[in-house]
Amino acid sequence: MNHSLDADSVSITRRILDALRLDPVLLSLLVILALFGSLVLYSATGSDQGAVLRQGTRIMVAMMLLIAAANVPVRMLRKVSIWLYLGGVGLLVAVMFFGEVGKGAQRWLDLGFIRFQPSEILKLAVPMIVATYLADRVLPVGFKELVVSSVLVLIPVMLIARQPDLGTAILVGSAGFFVLFLAGVRWRIIISLAVMFSAMAPLLWKFALHEYQRKRILTLLDPESDPLGSGYHIIQSKIAIGSGGVYGKGWLNGTQSQLDFIPERSTDFIFSVFGEEFGFFGSVVLILIYLAIIFRGLYIAAHSNENFGRLLAGALSLTFFVYLFVNTGMVAGMLPVVGVPLPLISYGGTSMVTLMMGFGLIMSIRSAKRFLV
Amino acid sequence: MSKREQLKDDFLESRLIRRRLVLAAIFTVILLGLVLGRLYVLQVVGYEHYSTLSDSNRIRIKALPPTRGLIFDRHGVVMANNLPTYRLEIVREQVTDLDATLDQLRQYVEYTDQDLKRFRQSSKRRRPFESIPLRLNLDDAEVARLAVNLHKFKGVEINARLTRNYPHGEHAVHALGYVGRIDERDLSEVNEVEYAGTTHIGKLGLEKFYEHELHGSVGVQQVEVNANGRTLRVLSESPPVQGNNLHLTIDSRLQRVAEEAFADRNGAAVAIDPTNGEILALVSMPIFNPNLFVNGISYANYDALRDSPERPLFNRALSGQYPPGSTTKPFYGLAGLEARVNQKDEKTWCGGYYLLPNEERRYRDWKKEGHGHMNLNDAITQSCDVYFYDLAYRLGIDRMSEFMAQFGFGVKTGVDSTGERNGLLPSREWKRRHEGMPWFPGETLITGIGQGALLVTPLQLANSTAAFAVKGTRYQPRLVRSVEKIPDYNMIDIADRVAGRYQLLKPSNWEHVHNAMVNVVHGLRGTAQGINRGLEYKVAGKTGTAQVFEIAQDEEYDEETVAEKLRDHALFVSYAPAEDPKIAVAVIVENGGSGSSVAAPIARQIMDAYLLEES
Repeated sequence: MNHSLDADSVSITRRILDALRLDPVLLSLLVILALFGSLVLYSATGSDQGAVLRQGTRIMVAMMLLIAAANVPVRMLRKVSIWLYLGGVGLLVAVMFFGEVGKGAQRWLDLGFIRFQPSEILKLAVPMIVATYLADRVLPVGFKELVVSSVLVLIPVMLIARQPDLGTAILVGSAGFFVLFLAGVRWRIIISLAVMFSAMAPLLWKFALHEYQRKRILTLLDPESDPLGSGYHIIQSKIAIGSGGVYGKGWLNGTQSQLDFIPERSTDFIFSVFGEEFGFFGSVVLILIYLAIIFRGLYIAAHSNENFGRLLAGALSLTFFVYLFVNTGMVAGMLPVVGVPLPLISYGGTSMVTLMMGFGLIMSIRSAKRFLV
Repeated sequence: MSKREQLKDDFLESRLIRRRLVLAAIFTVILLGLVLGRLYVLQVVGYEHYSTLSDSNRIRIKALPPTRGLIFDRHGVVMANNLPTYRLEIVREQVTDLDATLDQLRQYVEYTDQDLKRFRQSSKRRRPFESIPLRLNLDDAEVARLAVNLHKFKGVEINARLTRNYPHGEHAVHALGYVGRIDERDLSEVNEVEYAGTTHIGKLGLEKFYEHELHGSVGVQQVEVNANGRTLRVLSESPPVQGNNLHLTIDSRLQRVAEEAFADRNGAAVAIDPTNGEILALVSMPIFNPNLFVNGISYANYDALRDSPERPLFNRALSGQYPPGSTTKPFYGLAGLEARVNQKDEKTWCGGYYLLPNEERRYRDWKKEGHGHMNLNDAITQSCDVYFYDLAYRLGIDRMSEFMAQFGFGVKTGVDSTGERNGLLPSREWKRRHEGMPWFPGETLITGIGQGALLVTPLQLANSTAAFAVKGTRYQPRLVRSVEKIPDYNMIDIADRVAGRYQLLKPSNWEHVHNAMVNVVHGLRGTAQGINRGLEYKVAGKTGTAQVFEIAQDEEYDEETVAEKLRDHALFVSYAPAEDPKIAVAVIVENGGSGSSVAAPIARQIMDAYLLEES
């Protein structure tokens, strides 16, 4: 009796999810992560319930958008990608002229009723347009396709990099690059590009990077050289994570975090709070959850029945990975300080919305081939 | 390309993409493995190390603000130094109830809403556990009262800090400028890291212009503190480096003589060494005490200064723009000779007024009955207006403006301070652009006696006179002679800079005007002969009177009946010794009446003080 009721309720949930075209596996993982994130955020904001509630509201809004995105048919996605791309690039240009300056960078566009960063649109629009473009071509991509795609990727990346917002530029650039990579750019091209890039590194160092960006990289190599600036962030973050040990100091008990030694502790550096309070064990669990999400995305990509879905779902999942890697790498003192949040956990709404919509797209791709398990 | 490759083959393509997906998956696992490896190193291997750092905690990094560089006059007299003063400071993290603490503190020490506002502002940009000043400049009684009760307040400290002090008080304030509490706008102009812990910044004058030299570089201290955040010991320290010292061109004694010479009159005086552009004295009267601004001036004091009709805060020497009046006559005289428009002995009839052809309007001489037959020497010595109306008419505005520009009229001198203004050298082009009107001949005439649109700053006038004194070489005037680099105390002299050089066509032209200027002071009929009594050296000078308001055609200017603030400005420019100039002076006394009786004696006192006591 009980058993059949259970089975019944499972199948009802299942039917609702199907009707909403949602992937139960991915959805559960995201919900687990969001709950986990709220706990950490509560601690990182110094037990600020208001902040957690605000973040909760953002998660709900983002979930709505996820559901909306999941219900856009793949055909439509391919059609709108060009307009989304052109619109996004147009807004980036508008930001250049009319944008608001916050913390020294010009990223925000104020439309009167809403203030947003157009660069966020490109996080989805760039992989979409490249996937649309490559989906009908013969793969592996030839030289002409490579050039066209690169131009499509580089235009918005340059615009974003000069705002300057290196973090977002990296994310948008890698989203576009991943589509190309999955579409089978030949290894010899990848390798020669890599060689060329390293050869040009000294030039880029000199001309492409801002003074403060160069300083951050130098600071990474020797945090003691800048103990009053960003070196301080790294030093304190390392102390916080290291002092967490294997099992952590316990929730709300991180001294480094609670005593405000960690700057930006509820946003970009929230992982140091997590590491201090939940230890190495907690970190492994958290990273496994992330890995499961990434793998589920890659799985859906692999089982899609057309190239567009394969390329887009794969690229979005891998971009999610870049978020995770750049953020944790930075907080653990392996990578320079760039403004990339810990996905779905850092306080703030902009990246949350884009990420969730990205997962919505992945779910839409999944339902295009009905009921993939 | 072969044909097979041109065709889409979904099986092959999906296999390709899947292969790449698998590769990417492996890649993510490897990279996340690296992150976990790093976390293992930090959290498992390095646990002991980081745990100690975190527990014994409390290793804090403190910014050590540098001591501001000192300012000396040209003889090594201290003009600005730093004195220890006591401050009431609060460490935000150690206070449980800030509002209650602030409230209770009022029993022992007074602080204003302004102090509170500043405190809250600085709280926003503090580092963790940094102490934020609430009150500066505590007096002994306050320190004693607080010290006794300090145990009641966790997180409240009394700290001694070095604070800017101007030992001469109000003297030379307009030359030095002052520092004040740093605010958000200042911070946006400097490197915030370098200013961590710095509470004051140059706001005006030299103090602002040389901020980058004076500030020094920040130091860092790693300290260990107890659970309450009190410092237990210093672990390591890289000390701050004091800011560089400035050695000025100003002679503080001369400066004071000049200020006192003004008595209670308002105006400005600038003395320059014409051989190199060093500013010996820079006076703007009235003066005020810059020490008031260092620790945040009270609203009442500030309002009093700002609203005073005498405008003490206004730096007249650099920012005041006045009509130069007859002090321009030597320049126009030289311009006429150089352009061969007039001859040295050519005479013009002065009957008390001048008429333009086909015009009714009378351009009047200051001497109603006229000067009679005048040559250039007479016209400068007695300051005849009609002669210069005629000369201006013959020269024309274009040649006049071009000549004056070469002596620095109408452009900033480039002095190393803040707030300098351009003055105004009118020309056809200027009038078309700003008033959309053509130039009228009548304007040429009044420009010829230094009136009309022509404006100069006292510094400009002094510098142009200095350039005249040395036959056309114009230096960029400056207040700083050398910068003493800390920590090795290297004196870096600031090089003389020539801003412009007028090449005389005929040196005898200059001699002629120069001699006329000597006659202004030493000649029997010289307008400034009143100051030559007992003069031990020769002075070349020129008086000037600048109209503040215009007199109607048939009215008479009567000093007695005109309200003081509408009275003429008195001017005097001079250089001495005439045969080998060492000092050039420009004096402007606001509403002083005539230049000969008011401005010239001030110039004489300045020159006496410099030339007689110097040698």
